[in-house]
Amino acid sequence: MGLEDKLPSGILLTTVEGVFGWMRQASFWPATMGLACCAIEMMAFGAPRFDAGRWGQEVFRASPRQADVMIVSGRVSQKMAPIVRTVYDQMPNPKWVVAMGACASSGGLFNNYAVVQGSDHIVPVDIYIPGCPPRPDMLIDAMFKLRKGPVMHHPIGRHADQLRDQAERDALAAPALLELGGPVR
Amino acid sequence: MSAPEPVTYIAQGGDWAEITAAQAERGDETIVVNMGPQHPSTHGVLRLELELEGETVASIRPGIGFLHSGIEKNMEFKTYAQGSAFVSRMDYVAPLFNEAVYCLAVERLLAVEAPARANVLRVLVMELNRIASHLVAVGTGGMEIGALTLMTIGFREREMILDFYEALCGTRMNHAYIRPGGVSIDLPENGLAQLRTLIEWLHKHLPEYAGFCNENPIFKGRMCGVAQLDLTACMALGASGPPLRATGYAWDLRLSQPYCDYDTYDFDVITWDTSDAYGRFRIRLQEMWESLKIVEQCYDRLEATSGDPVMVDDPGLAWPAQLQVGPDGQGNSFGHVKQVMGQSMESLIHHFKTVSEGFKVPAGQVYSAVESPKGELGCHLVSDGGTRPYRCHFRDPGFNHLQAVPALCEGGMMSDVVVAVASLDPVLGGVDR
Amino acid sequence: MSQTVDPADRALVRPQPVQPPAERRGMWGSGPGDVSGYGGLRHPVVPRQPSARPLGGWFDEVADRLTTLVPELGPDAFLVDRGELTVAVPGRLLVQLVRHCRDDAWLRFENCVSVSGVHYPDQVGAEFHVVYHLLSITHNRRLRLEATCPESDPHLPSVVRTYPMADWHERETWDMFGVVFDDHPHLTRILMPDDWVGHPQRKDYPLGGVPIEFKGAEVPPPDQRRSY
Repeated sequence: MGLEDKLPSGILLTTVEGVFGWMRQASFWPATMGLACCAIEMMAFGAPRFDAGRWGQEVFRASPRQADVMIVSGRVSQKMAPIVRTVYDQMPNPKWVVAMGACASSGGLFNNYAVVQGSDHIVPVDIYIPGCPPRPDMLIDAMFKLRKGPVMHHPIGRHADQLRDQAERDALAAPALLELGGPVR
Repeated sequence: MSAPEPVTYIAQGGDWAEITAAQAERGDETIVVNMGPQHPSTHGVLRLELELEGETVASIRPGIGFLHSGIEKNMEFKTYAQGSAFVSRMDYVAPLFNEAVYCLAVERLLAVEAPARANVLRVLVMELNRIASHLVAVGTGGMEIGALTLMTIGFREREMILDFYEALCGTRMNHAYIRPGGVSIDLPENGLAQLRTLIEWLHKHLPEYAGFCNENPIFKGRMCGVAQLDLTACMALGASGPPLRATGYAWDLRLSQPYCDYDTYDFDVITWDTSDAYGRFRIRLQEMWESLKIVEQCYDRLEATSGDPVMVDDPGLAWPAQLQVGPDGQGNSFGHVKQVMGQSMESLIHHFKTVSEGFKVPAGQVYSAVESPKGELGCHLVSDGGTRPYRCHFRDPGFNHLQAVPALCEGGMMSDVVVAVASLDPVLGGVDR
Repeated sequence: MSQTVDPADRALVRPQPVQPPAERRGMWGSGPGDVSGYGGLRHPVVPRQPSARPLGGWFDEVADRLTTLVPELGPDAFLVDRGELTVAVPGRLLVQLVRHCRDDAWLRFENCVSVSGVHYPDQVGAEFHVVYHLLSITHNRRLRLEATCPESDPHLPSVVRTYPMADWHERETWDMFGVVFDDHPHLTRILMPDDWVGHPQRKDYPLGGVPIEFKGAEVPPPDQRRSY
């Protein structure tokens, strides 16, 4: 027994967050964070065959200040890691990160001194795409999953700030993935 | 008047008006701009430190290494056959050239020759890759000066080539198709028909680039006379490939030091006489046609050699059975699985040994070089007689060409830096390895 | 890097160098213990012997010309292997030799296409080999120069004054191996970050991989797996 029973037909109830999420997911723009092989597939994602413009995502922003999602496309070297983090820090909230490909997800083929073993060591990752490199179709799928999940249900207002700060504190306090061991890694 | 004290402004999204006002008051116009490594026009993660006087580049220093992934070191811990997969990921726009130069080096150490059909397949995939690489070079170069259409149509043609690769070996990029001793897999059943479709598609669509650009006044205005590197400078800086040929010097390793039977194909070395960015662009455009000419000759040879082996007949080197694209689009042929898993214990042992242990390569060192779309791609391979490379060094053309960036840009306009870098077509995966 | 490090700074610690084996040993290399009971295979890395004259083809021509121009080079400096000529150059003759290689009309190697290092920890007194690949566009020939220097005193003269294109290549060799090229205009790190400790391509520098974990199993990084 709630308010919805008393409404006339044609009226829907939702939350303000839901409305925000619904509007946000319509057109969110990626930052150009092209690193390696996956960057070429990321360009193919924006090019005619796969045409990310069909749902308003072909606008790759050169400035992180105008971007909503960072696609880490390729291997992150030790030398590049601080720059990836800087770009992430410069993006306005709310922001999401896609780890595109095996290298960005886990270091992939390059299990060595030069490559950071997964971009989640430096930025919080929302969605991981397997593949070396993943096909543009897989990036499209990941973008849709990102929209339906984290973007659609992103909190707003003071609630959002609290959650973000809490996540930051948790991330700093949590042990590194390397130290966790076992199947949780 | 004494020189004013140097002041450092740091602009990280602050108010530019304040900086420009303070700078105008000081009167000295030198400003240092850091371009990259995260910049849409640096072809990856290249960093350029520019010192500008007004809009003139006073000095420019490239910084590289942001994509260094330890491939050379990592290969020392993998077998020779696995090395093919690593080198594929260096210059990811032209992966098959990396594989080819590496496999040629291994084959020279082993003193084996790939069979004729494998060489035809190698030439075929390399020349298609040359077209694809030039399309990316021309497309992204065009995008950076505002000709976005070049990029969109460039990727359209590239997708057609990638479709063929996918039918051939299952992957769009990072193929690991060329292996020591031959290639991993023969053409699929309808491969020739697909190749014919691809050739026709390219014949139909390649003229568009010339139509869009060759006489386009804006395009010529941005490219002509920009980023000059004459023959003397090319020799001093070790330039090869399109930058060298743009000076009019017809140097092409495919003809001067032939490999993979390139000397038996009929094609021309394209040169231009302006030594500038426009010349390099025209060379790339023309080279696509020459590559297409070679691809057509490969078609005839593939038709004639149908059914021939594509891997050396050496059980110590090749896998016990050939791979085949299965119903799931990848994997071993059914006959192979049946033999190894069900019928012959010796086959199982053999397969296990060649795949997990690899083959031994006699001690020594070689240097092999191929003409990649960017220039001379070299591989210095040292073996100590084991199953893994002792040292593997790659000489990427982009690594050499980026040294020439100060020579190309200093004294020019800031806006021409992007054109200069694009005309060299460096791929940072190859530069940093 | 042997001092104790605060655990909070652990991420900054570079991999520790380990001593390499004096020779390739057993079927399983230097990895974990031999599981098969078979460990009898010895596989020493032997330096190559110089080739005897005639070397064949244009090699004799180039070797004669080089010996005429630089008499200190000696007759046993030349090695022909797999159709490639290698000249073993003492470091002190390097600058003089490359100058002749470029300028002499009979040699005319205009281009130094590649400089790379190789680390042989077993060759005491000549641990680092620096290999220069020269290309003569005029004569369409390739030549390899190989200079060595000890690990205790890793110095070689720079060839940048003769071959400007070797600039970055020498920087890379310094970065990866720690070979100091004297007289290089700007010998700094190029691929690794400026504050990196160690030279990754040395054989005693570990690969630095992390173990790969699966549910209930773990695979060691490539340099610690058993090898053949």
